[in-house]
Order: sequence, then C-alpha cells, then structure tokens
Amino acid sequence: MEFLIATSIKLALIAFVLLTALAYIQWVERKVIAHVQVRMGPSRVGPHGLLQPLADVIKLITKEGVLPPHVNRVFYLAAPILAVFMALISISVIPFGTSITVLGHKTMMELADVNVGILVILAVSSMGVYGIALAGWSSNNKYSLLGGLRSSAQMISYELPMSLAIAAPLLSAGSLSLRTIVRSQGGSWHMIPHWAIFAFPAPQIFSFIIFMIAAFAETNRIPFDLPEAENELVAGFHVEYSSMSFAAFFMAEYANMVTVCCVATLLFLGGWQPLFPASHGSNFVAPLIFALSGAICIYHGINYVRPFDRITLPIFGVIFLGCAGLFAFPPLVPVLTPLFWFLAKMSFLLFVFIWIRATLPRFRYDQLMSFAWKFLFPVALVNLLVTGFLVAWVS
Amino acid sequence: MMDLLFFAIFATVAVLCAINVVLQKHPISSALSLVGVMASLAVLYLLLGGEFIAMAQIIVYAGAVMVLFIFVIMLLNAGIEVRRGRSWMATIFGVPALLGLLGVLGYLLVRWFPDAPAIKFGDFTGGTAKEVGYALFTTYLLPFEVTSVLILIAILGAVVLARKELD
Repeated sequence: MEFLIATSIKLALIAFVLLTALAYIQWVERKVIAHVQVRMGPSRVGPHGLLQPLADVIKLITKEGVLPPHVNRVFYLAAPILAVFMALISISVIPFGTSITVLGHKTMMELADVNVGILVILAVSSMGVYGIALAGWSSNNKYSLLGGLRSSAQMISYELPMSLAIAAPLLSAGSLSLRTIVRSQGGSWHMIPHWAIFAFPAPQIFSFIIFMIAAFAETNRIPFDLPEAENELVAGFHVEYSSMSFAAFFMAEYANMVTVCCVATLLFLGGWQPLFPASHGSNFVAPLIFALSGAICIYHGINYVRPFDRITLPIFGVIFLGCAGLFAFPPLVPVLTPLFWFLAKMSFLLFVFIWIRATLPRFRYDQLMSFAWKFLFPVALVNLLVTGFLVAWVS
Repeated sequence: MMDLLFFAIFATVAVLCAINVVLQKHPISSALSLVGVMASLAVLYLLLGGEFIAMAQIIVYAGAVMVLFIFVIMLLNAGIEVRRGRSWMATIFGVPALLGLLGVLGYLLVRWFPDAPAIKFGDFTGGTAKEVGYALFTTYLLPFEVTSVLILIAILGAVVLARKELD
C-alpha cells in the first residue's frame, strides 16, 4: 500500500515536471537559437516570452484537427499516440538522484528500479520508430512516405553504433541497472572524478562521442533531421498532421531528447555524482550558482535597460535566491545536491543539442548512411574491443 | 494473483494478435500484429523471471526485425492481398486437420512429460545477462559461433545478390 501511494505521488510529480519541461525546452530552444542569430526570440507573451509555451499549447489545442480523406485512418490516428507513448515511457526507469525520506518513508528517486534498466530504454527507443514510420506510411503522401522510410532506415542504422557505444561503459560498470552504473562512477582520484569518460582502465570518451552522434540521429535532430527535411520533403513524415496530433510528434521529439540526455548523463557523466569530491566543497556549487544568478538578476533589475526589466528581473532574482536558500536546510541538502548535479549535466547536454541545431547544416542522405556504416560502426566496434581488452587486463 | 492476471491478459493478447496476423488482409496490419505477439511474449518472459531475455526479445524481434519487415513492406508499397478462390480441400478439411494436429501434439506432450512440474511465476533465476553470456561462451560456444558464421554467409549472399553489375 505504501509502495502504491509513493509510486502514485512520484508518477504525478514526474509526469507534471516532464510535461512542463518539454514545453519550456522549446522556449529555451527558440531563445537560444534567436540569440545565436542575434535576434530577440519570443518576447511578446509574458515577460521574456515566458508564457509562449502556454500560448502555443492553447493554439494547438484549439486548432482544427484535419483528418484527410485519403489516409489509412486507424494507423494515421494511432501513429502520433504510439510515438508520444514510446517517448514518454522510458523516463520511468531513469534515476534522478539518491533516495529521499518523506515522513519516515524512504523511497528512491525514480519510478522503477529495474535491474535491466538500460535495456528497457534501448527496447523502448527501438519501438519508437514505429510511430514515425507508420505516420509516414499511413498519410498516403509521397513526401510523408519518403520521410517515414528515411527515419526507419536512419534509426536502424544508428541504433547499432549507439548500442555498441552503450555496451562499452557497461563493461567497466559490470551491471545493467542504471543505479548500479551510477554508483560505480562515484568517488574520485585527486580532483578527477571516476565518471566513465575519465575512468581509469578505459576512458569512455570515444563511446561518449559516438553515443552523442548516434543520439542526434535517433532523435531526428539537426544535422540528421532527414525525415523532416523542410526543403526537400516539406515536413517529411508529419506533413498531413495538424492540431494535437502534430503536437504529439513535437512532444515525442523533445521527450526523446530528454531521455538520451539522461542516458548520456547516467552512463558517461556519472549521473548525480559531483564534478569534484564533497571534501573540496562540491556541495556549495549549487547554492553559489543560484545566489550568483539571483544577484546578477537583481543588479540588472536595478540598472534596467528595458522598462519592464525593473519588475521582472528582481522577481527572478528573488526566485533564484530562494532556490539558493533551500540549500541552507540540512535535511534538504542530500536530496537537492545530487538532483542539482544530475539536472545540470542533463541540461548542459540539452543545450548542446540546441547549440548544434543553431550551428550545423543538414547532412545529405548518402552521407548520413555512409557515415553510419563506414565510419561510426567500425569505430564503435574497435572502441568496444579495446575497452573489453583493457577491462579484462586490469581485472 | 497479480501474476496470474497479467499472464491471462498478455497470453490472450498474444493469441489474438497471432490470429490477427493471419486474418488481416494488409501486410502492414499483419506485421504490426506480429509486433504485438513479440511484445506480449516478452511480457510472458518477464513474468517467468527472465528480464534479460524479455528485453532482448523486444530489442531484437519487436524493435529490429519487425522494423525491417515494415520498412520493406513500405518500400515495396505492397497492397492489399487479393483473395483468390480457395481450394475446396482447404475449406473442408482445414479446421478438422488443425484440431487433429493440436490433439496429437497435446497427447504427445502428456505422454512424453507425464510428471512435468507446473511453472511458477518468477521462479526462473538463470536469466541474467551474466548467466546467459556465460552459457553462450562455454556450454553453447560451438552452436553460437556456427550460427554467427551462418548469419555472415547470409549477409554475404545478400550483398552479392544486391550488388550492381560492374562492367
């Protein structure tokens, strides 16, 4: 019974935070790309365009959902649901931190501690391709079909180097459970942490790079967004979709981004393990960053450039200072500090996704395929082999 | 109790999907029903306690093999199956022959394994990645290697068939 209540609460919390985060990642993306291109980005709806996601959601819900007459109706309607379902479900096995104790009940900071966690994520992400492939096929449109075909070929091809890149750190961790993998990366050697990318016998830096490249292809992001290449395929697999079913594909893409960033953090960047040991004061990094952000916000609120900054920036400053203040309560520190490190690493990787979108052009289709099969796959194989030998040699 | 409920649900789904594979006229619908069969089988493995096998089942069969099937069906743009006239033999003897075969199979099972113990949910313990890997590389090393060579030959054959003629 206690388990049931705890799980329901965690479920509600994770669902709420994740869905809100998905909406706001889009806001961050638009802002970051705008600033890269020396524009303002969304700024009309709410202060700094912060209510833009809400406006987008209202717009998408109230739009007419067009059901074209020439589609295969069952699959056309099922495809976006399948895509978003498979994208959201894998967050359930991701551990965000250590345990948390509420009112005497100790519970882990994840929905399900599966001892084949990483395989669950691989399995779910390999099923995710059905949503896109079916959407492309059932739309009965040549551009959609091409997009669907491209996405299935691309995702099958890049799943191989991705799995091989995942297998390499598993060799040194010796487990398939995400929690154990993160725990094996704890501690540090002088100032260098035992994260998989710095690990002693076989640093997994190449696996990390291969994983990230394959992750871009798996999530259909620029520079591998061939399935929806606007200037060749109009919008690829979701040409015929409108309203909420269109939004579902968008949500699936961003949820997949969050998942791969979480997996990269857990496998390669040590999950919730801090950058340097707590004896050197890593516990003070989080409150310091929040306090600094708060101080900067308040300073710019006082010396404002735009009239409304006078009101909005001090409010943000106070919120940041409040976040810093949360770390002053001793019982909260062991919960918040791991969570902070996990979220910081994950957000950085998300930022890299957005950064690359603003930087790189799109690959050509033959380049995409030859890159996967002739370069990435052999490199991943050699990397796995070398890691295997090194791990065997040490142990 | 919970185990039994899940078993009932997913066994039913597996059987219904399997029947659906045959009944559907469109190849994509049939292929997707087959995905349903694979996924429900994975849940049954999970109920028995073979977590690694269950996930491997989904990754390999539902995720990779069936995606390739669907990819090929989409690429060839296979249409709805045209129903030709069936042979009268199949119409008359089909169902009785199937029932007879099932009866013989059931009889042989009972005959050969009269005192087989009942399976308990979650009883199977040899299914972790470590044990599967150990078995593959010790007891079953020869079949494992022979299978991989066999698959390599199949890949080479496909490459030779698909290669463009060089002049």
